[in-house]
Amino acid sequence: MLDHLSIVVVEQDRDRAFEIVDALQGIGLLQIKVIGDPSGLARKIKECDPDVVLIDVSNPSRDMLEELTLASDPMSRPVAMFVDQDSDGLAKAAIEAGVSAYVVDGLSASRLQPVLYAAIARFNVFGRLRNELEQSKRALEERKVIDRAKGLLMKARGLDEEAAYALLRRKAMDQGRKVADVAQALVTAADLLS
Amino acid sequence: MIRLGIGYVPLLDAAPLIMAQQMGFAAEEGLELDLRAAPSWSAVRDMLCFGQVDAAHMLSPVPIASAMGLGGGAVPMSAISVLSINGTVVGVANKLADKLRAAGHDFGFNNAETAGNALIGVADAPLRIGVPFPFSMHSELLIYWLSALGLPAPQSVDIRTVPPSLMADAIRADEIDAFCVGEPWGSLTVEQGVGTLLIPGAAIWSFSPEKVLAMRTEWAEANPKIRNKLIRAVVKAGRWLADPSSHTVTAEVLARPDFLNLPGELLDRGLTGKLLISPQGEQRSVRSFVEFHKGAATFPWQSQAEWIGLQLARRTGLERDTAVRAARSVFRSDMYRAALQGSGMDVPGASSKVEGALDVETSVASALGRLTLSHNQFFDRRVFDPDLPQ
Repeated sequence: MLDHLSIVVVEQDRDRAFEIVDALQGIGLLQIKVIGDPSGLARKIKECDPDVVLIDVSNPSRDMLEELTLASDPMSRPVAMFVDQDSDGLAKAAIEAGVSAYVVDGLSASRLQPVLYAAIARFNVFGRLRNELEQSKRALEERKVIDRAKGLLMKARGLDEEAAYALLRRKAMDQGRKVADVAQALVTAADLLS
Repeated sequence: MIRLGIGYVPLLDAAPLIMAQQMGFAAEEGLELDLRAAPSWSAVRDMLCFGQVDAAHMLSPVPIASAMGLGGGAVPMSAISVLSINGTVVGVANKLADKLRAAGHDFGFNNAETAGNALIGVADAPLRIGVPFPFSMHSELLIYWLSALGLPAPQSVDIRTVPPSLMADAIRADEIDAFCVGEPWGSLTVEQGVGTLLIPGAAIWSFSPEKVLAMRTEWAEANPKIRNKLIRAVVKAGRWLADPSSHTVTAEVLARPDFLNLPGELLDRGLTGKLLISPQGEQRSVRSFVEFHKGAATFPWQSQAEWIGLQLARRTGLERDTAVRAARSVFRSDMYRAALQGSGMDVPGASSKVEGALDVETSVASALGRLTLSHNQFFDRRVFDPDLPQ
């Protein structure tokens, strides 16, 4: 039955768009269209006339879809946010995973369920990747700051690297703060004084 | 400390929430506000409805539309306080500004009637107007304004949804001819040399409830103590914001990368009501450009909700009495009043008033007996009396 369902995916990032399409094709969906450029989004979606629209919750263009819920044109099919017919918490899971779904009014929840499961699974992977990326970026930045702070201590107090780090760590433990925070404070102070 | 998740959209009028946390008004009430910026209004609404945050900065018509069955909104929401009055601008793409100037418009930035007639006069095709959300005071003001001047809206105009941060881009891409948006995003179109400001939203209605503090109704009713603390923290922040000496620090805080990430100078324009209206550098001063406290600004009047409900019902064809009743139930004057009782801050005695009927500041009956309401008029001098059949 899924092969009769037409889906529009709104996603600017090409790689992500491909992955979502792959995931949806994997459950037997055939009619999938990707809109990359969000300009005139509501009009483009009206032209495609899909059964379901999937869009990243963090996409600011999502608000453009909300105007479809107010379809004043009697020829156009009303669109609703999926929550309107949700009973099993699937919409909540979707929002938490970072995907929102808009459906043509009257589409039964059972037909939508597999689509949402596939989208949620895919978006959860995106979320994990984003978190990992952020964490490694932060770790890298922290290391840079700690290196600078060590350098400052080595120069100012004639310490070797190990002793400089030990000093930072001791200060951090005394104050119940992270080493990176103590290092940042030192670097900021040094910037102000230089 | 009780930690509360608060959703907001990066705008000048998120200031009462941001400054409540930053200046310690929340801490005074034993609250810590975990402020979470949202990329869109639908995202804020969903964060609140699905319990990812406990309260949110919200366009005043959103919880009302939801109560009327329009748009999304998974659970009932209540407006427990108004956060801001006015604070929006109507502007035009420079191409249209040139046509307006050629036709003799003076860009006085104070007269909705002359500006509106000039705009209607130079439009040779249906105007494409950007607003941040289908359910917004921006849409309601535009529709009220143009309709009153004889251009039936929304039928004869093309009102498009454009997120505030993308308004300047939409002009540049020639997707819209005009827009209505909250500060600082209107000033940004001027700063980027693509837009010219035509009137402040306050020129259409001088005292329009712009943003509200929204909570899930069920949560608000189940947690009266926390609800009261949050209302007090935000109202106190609004009172502090109303003092001109708070403007500089507010602009500096909001400018930070974790809030609006824009130059403080741009935020200062809306806070002080001194706006640069064109890339040529013309400056205009507006009284009450945005109000966070003065004139009982934060009191959620049921008549304000009814006005919004009636406008929405008119253009969607919903039954008016039902719509107005649903709208009224969203603005919780009772919760606001309960929060401020005994706090030393004054609240009006009534919960409803005639909207648009004050041409001067007027003293009214209040709990402590010293409340003055601000100028409150529609540009066409119509009044909205909730007790009369509409």
